[in-house]
Amino acid sequence: MAYVPSADAHAHHEPQSFVTKYIWSQDHKVIAIQYSLTAIAVGIVALVLSGLMRVQLGMPETDLVDASAYYQFMTMHGMIMVVYLLTALFLGGFGNYLIPLMLGARDMVFPYVNMLSYWFYLLSVLVLMASFFVPGGPTGAGWTLYPPQAITGGTPGAGWGILTMLLSLAIFIVAATMGGLNYVTTVLQARARGMTLMRMPLTVWGIFIASIMALLAFPALLVAAIMMFLDATLGTSFFMPAIIAMGRELPHEGGSPLLFQHLFWFFGHPEVYIVALPAFGLVSDIISTHARKNIFGYHMMVWAIVIIGVLSFFVWAHHMYVSGMNLAFGFFFAISTLVIAVPTAIKVYNWILTLWQADIHLTVPMLFAMGFLVTFVVGGLTGLFLGNVVVDIPLADTYFVVAHFHMVMGVAPILVVFGAIYHWFPKITGRMMNDTLGQLHFWITFLGTYIIFFPMHYLGVMGMPRRYYAYEDYEFIPQSAHDLNAFITYAALVVGLAQLLFLYNMFWSAFYGRPSGGNPWRATGLEWQTPDTPPKHGNWGEKLPVVHRWPYDYNVPGVEQDFIPQNEPRPHSGTAEGEHHKAEEGRS
Amino acid sequence: MSFWVDRSHPERGTIEPTRTGDRWPGPPERPKLAMRGLLILLLPLTSMFGLLISAYVMRRHMGDWQPLPLPWQVWLSTVLLVLSSAGFEWARRAAAAGWVDDVRRGLLVAGLLALAFLGSQLWAWQQLQLAGLAVATNPASSFFTLMTGLHAVHLVAGLAAWFRTRAVLAGEAEPATVQSMVQLCAWYWHFLLAVWLVLFGVLLFLA
Ligand code: HEM
Ligand SMILES: [Cu+2]
Repeated sequence: MAYVPSADAHAHHEPQSFVTKYIWSQDHKVIAIQYSLTAIAVGIVALVLSGLMRVQLGMPETDLVDASAYYQFMTMHGMIMVVYLLTALFLGGFGNYLIPLMLGARDMVFPYVNMLSYWFYLLSVLVLMASFFVPGGPTGAGWTLYPPQAITGGTPGAGWGILTMLLSLAIFIVAATMGGLNYVTTVLQARARGMTLMRMPLTVWGIFIASIMALLAFPALLVAAIMMFLDATLGTSFFMPAIIAMGRELPHEGGSPLLFQHLFWFFGHPEVYIVALPAFGLVSDIISTHARKNIFGYHMMVWAIVIIGVLSFFVWAHHMYVSGMNLAFGFFFAISTLVIAVPTAIKVYNWILTLWQADIHLTVPMLFAMGFLVTFVVGGLTGLFLGNVVVDIPLADTYFVVAHFHMVMGVAPILVVFGAIYHWFPKITGRMMNDTLGQLHFWITFLGTYIIFFPMHYLGVMGMPRRYYAYEDYEFIPQSAHDLNAFITYAALVVGLAQLLFLYNMFWSAFYGRPSGGNPWRATGLEWQTPDTPPKHGNWGEKLPVVHRWPYDYNVPGVEQDFIPQNEPRPHSGTAEGEHHKAEEGRS
Repeated sequence: MSFWVDRSHPERGTIEPTRTGDRWPGPPERPKLAMRGLLILLLPLTSMFGLLISAYVMRRHMGDWQPLPLPWQVWLSTVLLVLSSAGFEWARRAAAAGWVDDVRRGLLVAGLLALAFLGSQLWAWQQLQLAGLAVATNPASSFFTLMTGLHAVHLVAGLAAWFRTRAVLAGEAEPATVQSMVQLCAWYWHFLLAVWLVLFGVLLFLA
């Protein structure tokens, strides 16, 4: 296999002490693990909160959670899941680990900034967790934080709670910007020889476009957060209308809550795709590897990612159909929303065509990838309903919406997270995760989330509104709905507990799992061709790899082995070959 | 096995759909990387100031808007920032040509002008305060403070980089490092000048 000897091999000094190696580390792999473990830790908090909410909804007689606590849990659950878990895990975790390895780089281009990115992220998480302990508790404004209620008395956590939330978001945005800067520059500047853009694994494409989107979309949230902070502390009137709360006139004048909604969703919608695009990429690579087949329509897949990325900046107002907007705008945003369905559907068809007649290995990562496909399609179809203004108006703010977004942007990406951890774990630790536990974890999680979220569609169509902490004493909610709610709660608790299987499997296997060797899935990507597993500091030893082919050479006709690594030279010395030899002589 | 695989050229030894050329710029070099990194950093900054301006324009259409009389000090600020940017440009050209003394002088002048710019901003805020237009008095004064404030924060961050560049220049530094650092500062300053001019235009013409 081909490597370029590289002059910079010794420029990266191996860190010596424990602290520089594992704590103040500038190594992208260590930072990735720090990011991932932190994200999983807050994710568990969010999961516990959802369990508490479900107990309240299913067994209201327990009186475990009162109205204020319900709103606070709901808000923290939503915000943590979307921002602090999924965004951080996909970009900071998988992005950090995989980009340099998949591209044949030694590290991110700005390792110091990368390290700062993690520490800012940790700080934002700590500030967020601190909000559980401030006077009044965390904010209960809903994860959308809409003013005026977010900062008016009467909403739980309207004082300290919302301020810590805004502060934490601002710190997170700084962290995400430092990370995004690294990911984008690394993809553009640090690819190995022969790794053209159109040879990058789809994982890298997904994370790359998502990072660009994060760089453009997060500032909207930052601006909104700063303005709301000023409204709350200094009494400015960016968003706050003239308002009387609790019989007192507040110092605000005709501010515009709608302005906040625009800023929020200019961030919020792309955010959905900041989470989805990396998931799309990871799932493509998992499917291709475990189906032993090249991804169908690679170019189409790349362009679909790019087009989705661009379009998602033109649809934000579909979250505001019920805000009384001009009908012509509603029409525009409805059309652009439906147009996004086209590249998304192309991706789904291409995944299915990849599986068609493939040599499918039902490994645990593959199970999760196929679980993602099914869940994403179901969630995507209900999205088509909600994308239509007329259909959305009666369904807005019902459990139909809760079901929809949990399917597409809750469960689907989480399944990818699990699949990707099972898939790349051997590279990260050099050990396999336990297969039986993995299968069990998959089936409980996959079937369980269906049992939780599928019935919510019915509850929604029946008119059960979301964001209510109790549904007793409403005439239009029949007993059957209460029974269903109790049933959903049991399922949610089982699914929640089943995640312990995963955690146990992960920590146990990291130390005692079966040694995996360097390339247990017989995969083509560069990350599987490192000289050491787990890769050492600098990733590639003395010589940088040279890339000769795309990452999907599975089952190439006339070739014995059913996969060919990306750094395997082509049989006949074409241009790439000749230059490779030149390179080997020229650069030592 | 894939049913659409192109079997007609088994000698290619791959099923890659395209042949891509091999133009490799080599492993990343520091100065070039830093410059690209800076340009990419300008993306979120542009997005932030752009969104701020959109918010301003939307808020301006609400009923309670009262135009803000701009204090005359912002004109002074504009002149100071233009000169500061010019100072950085001088330093940048001097660094490219290797005239170390001119680099020093250019940087010093540019930095002092930038500090003067910040002073003039403080003066403008104080002036508004005296005129009874505090941050929260009306939306226009809130926006004025927010826009100029965010700009100033970014300028202060730039001054940290300026400070480091001067420190490096004072020690034993390789000319290439100095050149790269000065260039980064200069580009960042030009960007901040552009942002300032746009903000100023918006505050002036869309009052
Ligand atoms: C077993 C898993 C989960 C359960 C049982 C669960 C449960 C819930 C419940 C009960 C609510 C409150 C609904 C309401 O009262 O309107 C909620 C809201 C929400 N969940 Fe989940 N959830 C789960 C996983 C996730 C995941 C993985 C995400 C990631 C995106 C997520 C994102 C959200 C969001 C954004 C909200 C809306 C919060 C709001 O209305 O402000 N959830 N979830
Ligand atoms: Cu959306």
